[in-house]
Amino acid sequence: MAAGTLRDNYELAVIGAGPAGLAAATLAARAGLATVVLDEQAAPGGQIWRAVSETPVQRRSVLGADYWAGAARVRDFEASGAQYVPGATVWSLARDREIGVSIAGGSRLLKAQRVIIATGALERPMPIPGWTLPGVMSAGAAQILLKSSGLITRGRTVLAGCGPLLWLLAAQYLRAGGTLAAILDTTAGSTWRSALAHLPGFLLSPYFRKGLPMLLAARRSVRVVAGVRVLRAEGRDAVETVVWQGDDGIEQRLSADILLLHQGVVPNVNLAISVGIEHRWDDDLLCFAPVLDGWGNSSIEGIAIAGDGAGIAGVAAAELRGKLAALAAIRALRPGSTMAGLPDEASIRTQLAADARGRRFIDLLYRPAAAFRIPQGDTIVCRCEEVTARQIVETVALGCSGPNQMKSFLRCGMGPCQGRLCGLTVTELMAQARNVDPQKIGYYRLRPPVKPITLAELAALPKSEAAVAAVVRG
Amino acid sequence: MFRRLSEIEETNLNLTVDGQGISARAGDSVAAAMLAAGIIQCRITPVSGAPRAPWCLMGVCFECLVTIDGIANRQACLVRARPGMDVETGRGKREVG
Repeated sequence: MAAGTLRDNYELAVIGAGPAGLAAATLAARAGLATVVLDEQAAPGGQIWRAVSETPVQRRSVLGADYWAGAARVRDFEASGAQYVPGATVWSLARDREIGVSIAGGSRLLKAQRVIIATGALERPMPIPGWTLPGVMSAGAAQILLKSSGLITRGRTVLAGCGPLLWLLAAQYLRAGGTLAAILDTTAGSTWRSALAHLPGFLLSPYFRKGLPMLLAARRSVRVVAGVRVLRAEGRDAVETVVWQGDDGIEQRLSADILLLHQGVVPNVNLAISVGIEHRWDDDLLCFAPVLDGWGNSSIEGIAIAGDGAGIAGVAAAELRGKLAALAAIRALRPGSTMAGLPDEASIRTQLAADARGRRFIDLLYRPAAAFRIPQGDTIVCRCEEVTARQIVETVALGCSGPNQMKSFLRCGMGPCQGRLCGLTVTELMAQARNVDPQKIGYYRLRPPVKPITLAELAALPKSEAAVAAVVRG
Repeated sequence: MFRRLSEIEETNLNLTVDGQGISARAGDSVAAAMLAAGIIQCRITPVSGAPRAPWCLMGVCFECLVTIDGIANRQACLVRARPGMDVETGRGKREVG
């Protein structure tokens, strides 16, 4: 779709087409709001339902029922009347809800009366020695290759880290006919203590019912090493060996062609922080999350956040929070709307609470260990600018109090990824070095454009007379 | 390093990477097409010249930056493979002139 087919104004703009974005847009469009969905990906579904309407993996058992549930959501969305714009990279969002978006190499600006940010999650960085070597990638990346292209790894594949996605990927790989040389589980033994109190809620939840078979299937056919405390990848131009230590401190080695890392997901905060939405450190989930009211509304008038970008809570909660944010938009723009079929707010909140009870145990059990979040020495933290943990700690010794002062010394966080792959690591590293709370250290100051665009795209934007007068002389 | 599931129909979309012809499946991103063809390394870094490969495949890590049809620094994971595409892997630091 060309940028030209977009309108200048919408009642609601939804950014992202994962579970939250689809639920919000479907509901809002059905209620009659002029709704546009700007999606950076090529097809709706976000990452969890990635390529669900076009995946080549047609054996339904491979990706599982929860994946295929997305197909119905996409069909509902497509029938809702919302305008869908794939391949649309939002590079700026202003406080007055003007959105800068790049589509197929052309940029334009549009405005919306309400904006719902549904940009979801990204995988928490796992900065171990050697994580930049070719052949080392995130488990989520491997899952994306499976969903969108039907690709699985060939050769000796090692999975390492912790969290539900690790086991889900293992189960999907095995069902697809793939093989795994080993799963190295980095779950810290100590997390059981804090998680245990929430075990009853978990045992009664779908998370247990669905998770247990995956875990057992992986354990039946793959070598699973629990209690991994130290981990690194070695190789010259690509990974050749995975090296680890358990509690006994004895170094073990395994030849590997592919190492897939994962230790949970965190909110994708770049767009929300760039518009000035307040974020706070969540000490349980070890990440920054936006400050929102019960409808997902942020501190900025008319801008809400739904889904994992509002704080990690998973797919079911993402859809429910998407609906709440849409209800808020409908009530604001169509006061007194009596559309039949509007979901009941109280019932949504009851479902959200039930889901949270089941999830709490997983959140605490898979809280990643400090050793894999806060690296030391020559381990690369900023992949783009190749800045090491030692260099960052040295800037603290020089008197740097936070990431924004530090980056002017090291360019850390100033490469093309704009801190997405190092931001949390830097905050925690500096917090540890200064012995203060991560909240006090804060996060990178982020500014638009939050994704790189070409100068030509900026120059081609329509200009107001005032803007021209500001720079043209004579 | 990667292989297609056996039930997936053959790939018949042709593009070139650094002058070498590869075939992809419609729906592949450029990054997926490269990985499927055994091209793991997509660039060397501008800072140290270290080899890199895609990390996230969802648009956040920028490791898969390549030149596509003459336009540099494109995220290969966000661009769909098209017939006749000319992809060049990243060669590190830009030179002036």
